[in-house]
Amino acid sequence: MQVLYGRHHVRVFRFGLRLVRDEQIAEDLISEVFLDVWRQAGKFEGRSAVSTWLLAITRFKALSALRRRKDVELDDEAANAIEDTSDDPEVAVQKKDTSEALRKCLTALSPEHREVVDLVYYHEKSVEEVAEIVGIPENTVKTRLFYARKKLAELLKAAGVERGWP
Amino acid sequence: MAMSKKILEQEPGEIEMLLPWHAAGTLNARDVRRVDEALARDPELARQYAAIQEEYAETIHLNESLGAPSARAMQKLFAAIDGEPARNPSASLNLSARIWEFFAKLSPRTLAWSASLGAVALLLQAGVIGAILVKNQAASYQTASLSMNEPVTRNLGAGRPPRALVRFAPDARVADVTALLDSYQASIVDGAQGGLFQLQFGNKAMTKDEIAGLMSKLQSEKTVSLAVPAQ
Repeated sequence: MQVLYGRHHVRVFRFGLRLVRDEQIAEDLISEVFLDVWRQAGKFEGRSAVSTWLLAITRFKALSALRRRKDVELDDEAANAIEDTSDDPEVAVQKKDTSEALRKCLTALSPEHREVVDLVYYHEKSVEEVAEIVGIPENTVKTRLFYARKKLAELLKAAGVERGWP
Repeated sequence: MAMSKKILEQEPGEIEMLLPWHAAGTLNARDVRRVDEALARDPELARQYAAIQEEYAETIHLNESLGAPSARAMQKLFAAIDGEPARNPSASLNLSARIWEFFAKLSPRTLAWSASLGAVALLLQAGVIGAILVKNQAASYQTASLSMNEPVTRNLGAGRPPRALVRFAPDARVADVTALLDSYQASIVDGAQGGLFQLQFGNKAMTKDEIAGLMSKLQSEKTVSLAVPAQ
């Protein structure tokens, strides 16, 4: 368990933190996720990568935690409202820092869009693996990421960043 | 707002939707070829791909900046595990699952060439681990539950062979990497975290100077773009 924890806990933490946006809750999530793994290890049959299995459990736990926090709504408005601890995208662009604006806009995406972006880009998950983690059809995974990227482009455009696409 | 509506009305093409996975290196060979061909003939798609590469890089940057959890999470977990009823060891992750996990966590782009190295690496690892265990009868290995009052021990005897975190050059071929491993009597013992592989050298401990010399020699290899000592 120590080996498994050592190899995966940081990515599990980051995935959870991006969903729940609260370090304390994300840390609690880790304990819950790995405790579940400890209890259910016998059920793991190796059909998917261990990391895929862990991320699927993390997602489930994170959504449960969000549901418990009644003050948090899973929509764009709430996501945007919770964020904004420092410069907004416009200010970042004034600093001529497109990269920073891009990261701000990535943070401002809805939870649904955020998770698919993170799973594909950061956690290097294939279409099939994202479908398994999120529990949606593979075609939906592809279109969801496409529209997440469109939304990102809109946010960047609103912040004054033109990237030549769309 | 009108623009966003217009954007949302556009139906994405099949290849267009695969671009993010191409950037992340998680497409199968057939789809990689299809996307490469489309990128070569469609400048509009190529522009979009450039934007995707930016998104890819910044998503990694953003996630990496999130830091790591405190020790509290681990203490809480292992305290909870200690409180669990005793269980059958066979119910824990078995050896095949762990081996499988090792390869599963390699990123697809590194998996391509490391797959062929895998068999060799595993044989080497088995030999090295076997030799260490036979030579060090007093070696101890503690795992599973963690007592908060005692340090975690993972001691396979003093004088462990040196290890290094190595990133291979992007254009390194399998044959180059295999030759490098042979010439240094090295085996891959872990990988690839952020493209870094953990290599173990030989089966004897080295002095600090010897390790520094080894790192310097490694760093000068064409096949290696980064080599740092690992703990």
